Amino acid sequence: MSVLIYTENWDGKFKKLSFELISYGSKIAEMLNTKAIALSTGNVDDDELKKLGNYGASGILSVNSNNLNVLDNRTFVKVISDIAVKENAKVVLLANNNTGKALAPGLSVRLKAGVGAGVSKLPVSLDPFTVFKRVFSGNAYARVVLNTDIRIITLAQNSFDLTETDNNASINKLDPGVDGSVVATQVKETRKQEGKLLLTDAEIVVSGGRGMKSPDNWGPLTELADLLGGATACSRPVSDEGWRPHEEHTGQTGKIIAPNLYIAIGISGATQHLAGVSSSKYIVAVNSDKDAPIFEAAQYGIVGDAMKVLPKLVEAAKNTRGK
Amino acid sequence: MKILVCISNVPDTTTKVKFVENNTKLDTNGIQWVINPWDELSLTRALELKDDSSTGITSVTVAHVGEASSEPTIRKALAIGADNAIRVNGEPVDAYYVAAQLSEAVKNENFDIILCGIESSDHNGSTVGGMISEFLDIASVSAVSSLSIENGEAVISREIDGGKEILTVPVPFVAVVQKGIAKEPRIAAMRGIMMARSKPVKVVEPIAVDPLTSVEAFEMPETRAACKFIDPATAGDLIDILQNEAKVI
Repeated sequence: MSVLIYTENWDGKFKKLSFELISYGSKIAEMLNTKAIALSTGNVDDDELKKLGNYGASGILSVNSNNLNVLDNRTFVKVISDIAVKENAKVVLLANNNTGKALAPGLSVRLKAGVGAGVSKLPVSLDPFTVFKRVFSGNAYARVVLNTDIRIITLAQNSFDLTETDNNASINKLDPGVDGSVVATQVKETRKQEGKLLLTDAEIVVSGGRGMKSPDNWGPLTELADLLGGATACSRPVSDEGWRPHEEHTGQTGKIIAPNLYIAIGISGATQHLAGVSSSKYIVAVNSDKDAPIFEAAQYGIVGDAMKVLPKLVEAAKNTRGK
Repeated sequence: MKILVCISNVPDTTTKVKFVENNTKLDTNGIQWVINPWDELSLTRALELKDDSSTGITSVTVAHVGEASSEPTIRKALAIGADNAIRVNGEPVDAYYVAAQLSEAVKNENFDIILCGIESSDHNGSTVGGMISEFLDIASVSAVSSLSIENGEAVISREIDGGKEILTVPVPFVAVVQKGIAKEPRIAAMRGIMMARSKPVKVVEPIAVDPLTSVEAFEMPETRAACKFIDPATAGDLIDILQNEAKVI
């Protein structure tokens, strides 16, 4: 028996997200009295692979094949499901991100395994196997029973703390003989934003809404984000107007994020916006309308004009960071 | 080429949800049902592709799993411009059940492109599209933010962490679409609403499928503590509070 954890690397390096998955998966393995096995695909060197052992993985499987260079959903699904069967996995764990969402459903059908998607806590019960997840876009939660022998969980990003353990992990290289003929996806071009902190990875996010009044006013907002080591985001009207790129849109139909700190500047806080940010640990709001719904979701608020408040925040952040 | 758009019937996204029967069921009283926002965008993109004769798209069908009470949502999709619809007459109990029913209902219809929204705004599962691809044994691409047909080939841009990939995939395939696929959802015009009444809706009975998951109970989110207000004149104090009280920076 095992808990199989699918980890992702970016150009051979793991991000915090993978360590969160291992920390979470190791806890479930402990609850089930079994072992946590980390699965890595692609070219990752041993020093990097070994890091997965720092968070409780007792076995590390590394699969490398030219046929896994591009995410082809069904090719990956076949590789992971074959390994899940071989390792007698009772739980298969993935991140609730683009990759996890692409792979979990195919695994569900192949393994006949119920999926708990966007889970943010440890299972609330093992028998029946019950997970806790957000539903109705964050307006409610549900306890969902996975009525199957194998269960798939996709873990919401930044929802589980890292727990370091002694590292006794062994690394095994596997060659599952990936069949290249089934690869349907042909990538023609990759466009990456280099050196930019990803919104979904950021622990601090500074976000602007219509209250920013003009795309020309984003300077101090970006400066504040930089000073705090955070990423920038925006509300839907702002991205629809083309003031900011679509990748920054947070909300129900945009990015769903859960940073430690979300600072909303000039955002009124419509239900659809809150759906994307309500899992943030702290929400701070700056808005000129004291009755704006964002203040109901916020722990700290300033009623005032964004253009007057922002420079003061930038100034204070400079002083703090200067010390 | 034929496009299928899978649509889900969800409460209007501004709904304040409530639950009944010991928090096991959604209180449907007063709820306005709409096409799931991502499915509406998929439908819009499908119709845009059909409008452009160079794409070779000849029809757009919508498919849905739901009881007769969900007919208005199907009619709305037809009013927006879909040519016809398939409704599997069953209660959509879980994603696996829905995907199995949709796959069964369309397996002999030879759709070239099947579009599914990245998630439904009620269960937020993100699973139906990928499941259909596996059931039908065809390719799938997820996180699709644009889809066009160039020289008879589907060209897709897919969001990856920190960027995007431009890729091609041979038909038939499932595209699981997200924001960006269409700018604004298309709205039904009066003529469309009139025409929708006579468009064909094929109703098929569900096959026997055991769902894999079930909702034990719903819960409301914890209420947050009341907002602490800071005087805008000394707005800079906020940074100090975040550092020393909340300890998040």
